[in-house]
Amino acid sequence: MTRISLTVDGEKVSDDIEARMLLVQYLREKVGKTGTVIGCDTSNCGACTVHLNGQSVKSCNVLAVQADGGEVATIEGLATNGELHPVQTAFRECHGLQCGFCTPGMIMQSIDLLANNPHPTEEEVRVGLEGNLCRCTGYHNIVRAVMYAAEHGSSDSVQSEGASA
Amino acid sequence: MIPVQFDYLAPTSVEEALAALVEHGDEAKILAGGQSLLPVLRLRLNAPELVIDLGKIDSLRGVRDEGDAIVIGAMTPHAQVQTDPLVAEHAAVLHEAVQHLADVQIRHRGTLGGALAHADPAGDMGAPALALDAQFVIAGSSGTRTVDAQDFFVDLFETAIGEDEILTEIRIPKHTGWGAHYEKFVRVAHQWPIVAVAATVRLDGDTIAEARIGLTNMGSTPLRARAVEDALAGQPATEDAVRAAAAHATEGTNPPSDLNGDADYRSHLAGVLTRRAVLAAIGR
Amino acid sequence: MTATQERPADVQAEIGRDRRRKEDQRLITGRTRWTDNLQLNGMLHLAMVRSPFPHATITNIETSAAKDTTNVVAVLTGKDFGEELGVCINAWPITPDQKTPAHSPMPADRVAFAGEIVAVVVARTAAEARDAAELVEVDYEELPAALELKAAAAADENGGAIAHPDLGTNKSALWVFDSGEAGTGGDVEEAIASARTDGIVIEREYRQQRLIPAFMEPRSVVVDPTGEQLTMWSATQIPHILRFALAATTGVPESKIRVIAPDVGGGFGGKLQATPEEWITWAVARRLGKPVKYTETRSESLISAHHGRDQWQKLTLAAQKDGTVTGLKVELLADLGAYVALVGGGVPVLGAFMFNSIYKFPAYHFACQTVLTNKTWTDAYRGAGRPEATFAIERIMDELAVEVGVDPLEVREKNWIKHEEFPFTTVAGLEYDTGNYEAATERAKEMFGYDDLRAEQKRRREANDPVQLGIGISTFTEMCGLAPSRVLGSLDYGAGGWESATIRMLATGKVEVVTGSSAHGQGHETAWSQIVADRLGVAFEDIEVLHGDTQVSAKGLDTYGSRSLTVGGEALVRAADKVIEKARPVAAHMLEASVDDLEFTGGRFSVRGTDQGVAIGEIATAVFAAHDLPDGMEPSLDSEATYDPVNFSFPHGTHLCAIEVDTETGALKIRKYVCCDDIGTIINPLIVAGQIHGGLVQGIAQALWEEAVYDENGTLVSGSFVDYLLPTAADTINFDIDHTTSPSTTNTLGTKGVGEAGTIASTPAVVNAVVDAIRHFGVTDIQMPCTPERVWKAVNGGTHGGTEDTEGAAMPHFDEAEPGNSSTEGAGA
Repeated sequence: MTRISLTVDGEKVSDDIEARMLLVQYLREKVGKTGTVIGCDTSNCGACTVHLNGQSVKSCNVLAVQADGGEVATIEGLATNGELHPVQTAFRECHGLQCGFCTPGMIMQSIDLLANNPHPTEEEVRVGLEGNLCRCTGYHNIVRAVMYAAEHGSSDSVQSEGASA
Repeated sequence: MIPVQFDYLAPTSVEEALAALVEHGDEAKILAGGQSLLPVLRLRLNAPELVIDLGKIDSLRGVRDEGDAIVIGAMTPHAQVQTDPLVAEHAAVLHEAVQHLADVQIRHRGTLGGALAHADPAGDMGAPALALDAQFVIAGSSGTRTVDAQDFFVDLFETAIGEDEILTEIRIPKHTGWGAHYEKFVRVAHQWPIVAVAATVRLDGDTIAEARIGLTNMGSTPLRARAVEDALAGQPATEDAVRAAAAHATEGTNPPSDLNGDADYRSHLAGVLTRRAVLAAIGR
Repeated sequence: MTATQERPADVQAEIGRDRRRKEDQRLITGRTRWTDNLQLNGMLHLAMVRSPFPHATITNIETSAAKDTTNVVAVLTGKDFGEELGVCINAWPITPDQKTPAHSPMPADRVAFAGEIVAVVVARTAAEARDAAELVEVDYEELPAALELKAAAAADENGGAIAHPDLGTNKSALWVFDSGEAGTGGDVEEAIASARTDGIVIEREYRQQRLIPAFMEPRSVVVDPTGEQLTMWSATQIPHILRFALAATTGVPESKIRVIAPDVGGGFGGKLQATPEEWITWAVARRLGKPVKYTETRSESLISAHHGRDQWQKLTLAAQKDGTVTGLKVELLADLGAYVALVGGGVPVLGAFMFNSIYKFPAYHFACQTVLTNKTWTDAYRGAGRPEATFAIERIMDELAVEVGVDPLEVREKNWIKHEEFPFTTVAGLEYDTGNYEAATERAKEMFGYDDLRAEQKRRREANDPVQLGIGISTFTEMCGLAPSRVLGSLDYGAGGWESATIRMLATGKVEVVTGSSAHGQGHETAWSQIVADRLGVAFEDIEVLHGDTQVSAKGLDTYGSRSLTVGGEALVRAADKVIEKARPVAAHMLEASVDDLEFTGGRFSVRGTDQGVAIGEIATAVFAAHDLPDGMEPSLDSEATYDPVNFSFPHGTHLCAIEVDTETGALKIRKYVCCDDIGTIINPLIVAGQIHGGLVQGIAQALWEEAVYDENGTLVSGSFVDYLLPTAADTINFDIDHTTSPSTTNTLGTKGVGEAGTIASTPAVVNAVVDAIRHFGVTDIQMPCTPERVWKAVNGGTHGGTEDTEGAAMPHFDEAEPGNSSTEGAGA
């Protein structure tokens, strides 16, 4: 067992864990952050994407011990005081999710993408999300959601173009 | 999805890491960025007793200018290699290739040294390292040695790094002003390349003064396409000349056959992609 | 007392409105209820031991080392269970003489596919269970394995391996439909014979490769046996069917079983199954009296959750010289895999009614031989039978157009049912109620810029451009709204096809809607709210939709086959209408008026010609108080309706795809994709668009990327997402979609269903485009998936053309040396 201490969504946590425990398992099983999910075992799907020290990572591909002393941000920490993060709003506005399983990873990666490139082209959005698989949406509305978030950059809910896209 | 039990050590110096390697021998496994090692562990394809994490050795990270070469710490993340101005200026083909490596999240964690030491012939870093005549600085308990790129890749997942050694730096002779392109062929974006070609070319006016070509996934290791290089040297920078030279791309290759394509198809691709990579590198 | 606001009569109708989804708030904030999230006190965790061999006798299982491990509670094998383990059922024996192998969730003596479970380890943590599973030693004696479909089908003749030796054959069932015999059309053999002398006969064989549904949420199941009742949470599409099947096969009374499908992360037919994993988890929980959980890894999911498609399709099309089709003969081989799954052989049979598609074929013959092999079992995957049929007919219609020398749209138009000919009884015996193929095609062509793209194609051909352009067409229809129970009965399906809905009027005027459909991404909570809001005139926000829990929604037949809206939506409408009828006498009483003088609009009963009225919410409150109800009136407005559809619904559409083919490498690039679908009345255009986009990409993925590949040892080579290629955002494009609408006449709302349309239509559109781009190289077909390698070989006329089987080997990215080779640093994919 190894003692690790880190910050998860702004809260300090500390646990004794096995070295083999993955960051995603730590989040889900120890911290109760089940908003972050596991979709594969080969780091292809990106469903487990969180931010570690400000960068998007696949939390199945990081040992929890490697996050010792770090700061982790998950989907559960995005909304503040009941206010959704603009990217969360955009996903709802643009119907960027159906079953919602890939959504935590998609949103976390989209936030990372926009942080590095606030006004991406459609092509840049598509390439920037290549590490995240979705089986429901065909990506059309996910891409639209990221573009929408880039355009609006605030959590204001406005009528979007609807289904004709 | 759950690795076997192992002990974990995160040394803060290379010496400490080497000492642990010597002590634990082949029961230990080096963890660099972990982006290939962790899937291996999760799938239980490997079961080390000890994982030695190099992540806390700060001296292994970063890019520095050493006059005629740039030196990249083995633990430098791909994302840093991608944005580093020294790399872009003096090792353009590496700069080009790393943008296409896996995906953003993987590039945040994965490291140049880790990727090269993993020695997956389908990995994106081997071909540019070969094309740039990179040198691999390897530390062992009896000191460091330097291995040329052509001697570094031994076989599938096998390199010149000894059991009790650690790759610490990648030294890349400056290729300032060389044109560069990495042409990667995949079926879907998150795939390893079926074949890829790293080309870097020095032009002298309208003549190709010299060219360096690395091939990804055309054998059990990344390969140099020396026949193409020889054919290009001194030729005019024209499509015809490049086309003729690219026809030599498969010399000395032994491509695999798998569900993405058989050896014949890969051989054909190597020729087409080599032509395209060289043409792009010379801005044609 | 009422918190609800009255809805003004002039308020915007909810049906047709692009409401943002009610489901999203929890999904975008991570406050989800996936099965794997559950933690119960004392919960134990399972790990499965699976066979690495496709066919073998189990000679011994040594469990003692695993049992002796700390924190391991039990290690159980098939021998440790009796009948309480139950069996995996086939609900649709397609013929009376179907050969159906016994299917134990955990066989004790013999395994029939690689990935089958032979032992289960129960431990205090999932990690410990996994560790101990590695200590279970299983001795196998390998048996010859039936792997390749055609070879397995011919095993009777060639003495090849038999998947289940006790059955003596791999042939499970032969299902035949003949229009001559059925009286729905002529004799197809006559049509073919006649066409051979004075017409056109086109014979083609198409391959439907094996696919994996690959829902994003791996399956997970939790069983809590605490107390009298047993509760199962499962990542399933079918909680109601599971409850019935558990009761029917494990001896637990149905009344003691509660099945909950909480948030479910996609299904696409892949979670339309009663699985060994569920049955084993159930049995272990009962045996140990403790809550237990099993969550599969992705690798386990890919080898053990059922696969889809996997057919060889032989078609013979007879036509007159002008392209008028005179007959179609279809001979299928369908790979069932190792067992006949829940729907099993019924999947290709569903396609039997769709090969004739939108066309007026005078003669039709369909025969499907289902075949057992030692591979993962197959069952429904998005479209289930209909994509296969649509693919084959839309591919061969293109070939007919080439033969006749006309534009592929022209040959389709010559044969399709004209809009004025509806309702139309097809040669397969279905009655299509409505449709307008001309309108949808016209609109699609306009959006596509059809003529311009044809002109560009011509230019590229003439210039011998290395990048060629192809245009692919798919004019499809499908049968949705599964299904009229009588039809299912006539096909020997083991259940009905009705759906149930309950509407509960709460005292505060809020409304609870209980549905028997079980959404897993489709947005029922939103769409159902819109339907009820319009019907009852209550606010969208005041409606709560409950589903996916057999204790809340006691009756239902769940979600698959684009049935939820057409069947479940109609049940909803009928339940709402019952509420209104129940409220009417109360309203009359409250307004001191005659029921005959009341009208109900905008959620309000009013006395004709006056401004007197009472809202339905106020009536609900009055009924709750029950202080002053009409004599004999039951104090409840709650209503239930169970609706059995009288017919299927028949969405249709025209899909057009332009693809660029790099003839130097075989690489394909989708340039443009447009579709115009007629799915009847649209409840929520935003949700509909999402269904179409997602469906399109799944269908396109079959055409271009996905394939479950086995090697000669029966190992699934594409056993991870490294090799089973799902497309990413970077591989796909934006789609142009639109609709024409000819409302269905078989349900009140006029809906037709949309869940499968995109998938069914897009696959042939894409492959037709690929073939169209390179037909001038002599290419007449490319086997799916149309890999660059296949395309390049086809263009270059290689010996195997474009139809060589996929190499049964994967790239070895993660296959490292044994522990100890510390020279292989692990990093950087």
